[in-house]
Amino acid sequence: MASSIRVRATANGDTTEVQALIQHPMDTGFVKDAKGELIPAHYIQQLKFECNGKDVFVADWGTAVSKDPYVKFSFKGAKKGDDLKVSWTDNKGASDTITAKIS
Amino acid sequence: MTTLTGPTATRRLILQGAASVALLGLGNLPFGAAPARAAANDKYPEEAFKQKSEADAIKALYGKTAEPSDKIKLDAPEIAENGGVVPISVTTTLDKVTSISFFVAENPSALAASYRIPEGTIPTVANRLKMAKTTNVVAIVEADGKLYSATKEVKVTVGGCGG
Repeated sequence: MASSIRVRATANGDTTEVQALIQHPMDTGFVKDAKGELIPAHYIQQLKFECNGKDVFVADWGTAVSKDPYVKFSFKGAKKGDDLKVSWTDNKGASDTITAKIS
Repeated sequence: MTTLTGPTATRRLILQGAASVALLGLGNLPFGAAPARAAANDKYPEEAFKQKSEADAIKALYGKTAEPSDKIKLDAPEIAENGGVVPISVTTTLDKVTSISFFVAENPSALAASYRIPEGTIPTVANRLKMAKTTNVVAIVEADGKLYSATKEVKVTVGGCGG
């Protein structure tokens, strides 16, 4: 199965810009399905970015983050070719990880 | 509500309820001693995400209050046509930023997202949030141990929380 995470990391001098898009329903637990039954909450709780053995960005999310979440940030200290590891875990214990090369 | 029939189902529910209450009680013990300072450690701030009001959520997450700052730029649309996807970003010129959090005042639970900014990471975050209705979006920046805030009202034409 294709990864749920799409990430693009581009180094520009000392600064690396990271954009990530994750496929996830991010159900709030307030929405009803076609039969009128509540869809239970299902959302990513933590999303982590690691580079060169160090956390560079950690996101704690609640249900108010949009479906198929997107996040953008920048950090210093990495160069082209370095590995950026992205991983998430959700409230049902599911998780996914991907390692991207900084370009 | 789903339809539960028969006394067995009810009994099971009650038992499950009792069991989970017991578990919760035990689980809460360590937190009783020291208030959870979620932003300072690696743990997911479960309690802060459960708080309904913005003030309670800030308190649960950071344990202190914020003062408004003009060094935070909160970028959000004036009018969001779709409350399910509202692009919101924050950037700040404050020094020693350790975390940035987003609150949506009148969502069922105010805390939307909290980002930890380790040293070397630039204090700028862009993301997309859900908004139930027209209300204030508040960005909280923790810098050098203090809290600063920026607020902007976003008008929502269609809410993003079902309903």
